Amino acid sequence: MAATQEEIVSGLAEIVNEIAGIPVEDVQLDKSFTDDLDVDSLSMVEVVVAAEERFDVKIPDDDVKGLKTVGDAADYILKHQG
Amino acid sequence: MSKIKPSQGAPYARIMGVGGYRPTRVVPNEVILETIDSSDEWIRSRSGIATRHWASEEETVAAMSVEASGKAIADAGITPEQIGAVIVSTVSHFKQTPAIATEIAHLVGAGKPAAFDISAGCAGFGYGLTLAKGMIVEGSAEYVLVIGVERLSDLTDKEDRATAFLFGDGAGAVIVGPSKVPAIGPTVWGSEGDKSETIKQTVAWDEFHAERPEKFPAITQEGQAVFRWAVFEMAKVAQQALDAAGISPEDLDVFIPHQANMRIIDSMVKTLKLPENVTVARDVETTGNTSAASIPLAMERLLATGQAKSGDTALVIGFGAGLVYAATVVTLP
Repeated sequence: MAATQEEIVSGLAEIVNEIAGIPVEDVQLDKSFTDDLDVDSLSMVEVVVAAEERFDVKIPDDDVKGLKTVGDAADYILKHQG
Repeated sequence: MSKIKPSQGAPYARIMGVGGYRPTRVVPNEVILETIDSSDEWIRSRSGIATRHWASEEETVAAMSVEASGKAIADAGITPEQIGAVIVSTVSHFKQTPAIATEIAHLVGAGKPAAFDISAGCAGFGYGLTLAKGMIVEGSAEYVLVIGVERLSDLTDKEDRATAFLFGDGAGAVIVGPSKVPAIGPTVWGSEGDKSETIKQTVAWDEFHAERPEKFPAITQEGQAVFRWAVFEMAKVAQQALDAAGISPEDLDVFIPHQANMRIIDSMVKTLKLPENVTVARDVETTGNTSAASIPLAMERLLATGQAKSGDTALVIGFGAGLVYAATVVTLP
């Protein structure tokens, strides 16, 4: 069953917490992965791969660059999840 | 039809000795920062690299190889004349012909062995090792000298903040010889030519010659794509190599991945779920990424420092431009 935006954001928060050690409550829609959440370009790849598994979605390398904020990632997953 | 006498090989092959050579000049991040706008903290957090070695004029591909080979030959306890073949993996020897392997074979005193170069980027050591094993088991050589050697400082764009800090120079060599017991497992190897643009030389030599661009050719890569492939696809290949050798992670003593970047190494270890008691090579911190030389250099250092010992079971995996890869399980010399 497809995840809701709320479920996606809370899932992303758990992933970001696991990979970058950021408190889950800090992971909000308007937060930038690199500027606000200390997720650098390599950690972002780990976040993307974990999100792919969790939400049954493919996020190609070319599309990763467009995912600046948690909201961008949540929207992308919402649209593309299987 | 005349009957052709078949060749007679050894039952199995093993790595008998290892040697390494790191150039005298140690280059800290401060030197890298003279030509890029970055910081020591940024370089360390993205790559885990603190220092690397850059070769001098005299530390040529051949000279570094001869140093590393001499140590490997001594470590193996053979004489240079016993070497039946020399395989050199490099992407930074600037003469297409003759193969640098022939000069190295001569300089180490190996007489007239078969000698040739291979181009398999950062997987070059595994490719060479696999060829050597085949030659020994098939019977076309009793002892094979396999060398991974690079002067990547010659192919580094010192003004590119994404790669200027990554690469180092050095040579690693092993002697592969006959064995009564299996000591080199099945190789899981391959290439993904559809991704050949992911890591590449910026300008082809003929274009460079014709157009004389301002910048010398250098190695460039798509960092995120390489990271994803290296960590997640290569972890699968590493697992396949363990399975092919019939070795469980609990049986493993040492993990020697290509020393590309500490972040790749850390993530691979996590993805592979290796037990904590497995010793992981982290030579990249002080040697940088030396492509084909990185695995034998890391192997030599683990043995020299006592972090690993002769007889240990080690998983080795190389991966790089092509995109090519090779993984196998070996018994350390």
